[in-house]
Amino acid sequence: MNNLYTYLLMLGDNSMILGHRLSQLCGHGPNLETDIALTNISLDLYGQVRSYFQYAAKVSGNPANTEDSIAFLRYERQYLNGLLVEQPNTDFAFVILRQALFDIYHLYLLEALESSKDTQIAAIATKSIKEVKYHQRFSSSWVKRLGDGTEISHQKAQYALDTLHPYSFDLLNENAIEADMKEQGIGADLHIIKEKYQDTLKDLMVTSTLTLPDNTFAHKGGKEGVHSEHMGFILSDLQYMQRAYPNMQW
Amino acid sequence: MSKDWPLFEVFIRSKNGLEHRHMGSLHASDPEMAMENARDVYTRRQEGVSIWVVASTDITASNPKEYGELFEPAADKIYRHPTFYDLPDELKHI
Repeated sequence: MNNLYTYLLMLGDNSMILGHRLSQLCGHGPNLETDIALTNISLDLYGQVRSYFQYAAKVSGNPANTEDSIAFLRYERQYLNGLLVEQPNTDFAFVILRQALFDIYHLYLLEALESSKDTQIAAIATKSIKEVKYHQRFSSSWVKRLGDGTEISHQKAQYALDTLHPYSFDLLNENAIEADMKEQGIGADLHIIKEKYQDTLKDLMVTSTLTLPDNTFAHKGGKEGVHSEHMGFILSDLQYMQRAYPNMQW
Repeated sequence: MSKDWPLFEVFIRSKNGLEHRHMGSLHASDPEMAMENARDVYTRRQEGVSIWVVASTDITASNPKEYGELFEPAADKIYRHPTFYDLPDELKHI
């Protein structure tokens, strides 16, 4: 397996698993407007996944790989998304906080990837960045509303933040593949992104009257394929059709 | 306090140079959210390049019951239409 292929999986899997989480809300949003907004974001993310996986199939060196086989036919340990995006839709506060944490990271990541030496990755980043700017605007404005809203909404947002925050670190901590991609000028420098991320998150928490947990305990392992207990359930949903009807097409 | 968010009316301009047209309405807690909701609900298929939202309560509407006094008097005053002039052929875009 080459590092570029693995790196593309890491990029694509975040969008795919979060996109799937959001798609689970289709028809279950708190109201029609928010339902459509979340579904739109899901579709944006899936669009990005297709670009990453089409490219990944090409660089994988295995002609049997397609965007679909990469998306649907890997085993759990072969998915390389961060732990944050697989966390469940516990309630609306969890959906929004998970989205906000990811969007801040995602936007800085894409900004960095725009100047990637790999022209294909740079092109995907340039196309995705407009979508993600809106995602961040949507999720941040909701974090402010929940945090600075009623006593109950504040409480729920704070609880979601406390619960999700320890899962956000593994997106930000560089692993060996990412270090290599950075050296080659293909990948982003996560050290810089992490700093920007923490500054932006701090500002958002201040305006939202939420408190960032002091606890710096970090769950880790997502990018190495070691997932939380939710991942197996996600994949059994996601892969059902391809497993039950191999090679089926729409 | 009502449990539902207030209603907003949404106006979209489809292309530069054309006017904003009323597309429908939606619920939102404030104008900023109304703008985001309008973007998500009414521009998914490239319907527009500009959005106006206005709280429905800020619109003063004519009363359908007053149709008679408001609009019917104009019905028999066809001389108000500029259709009685002979226009020179050179005149375009009228």
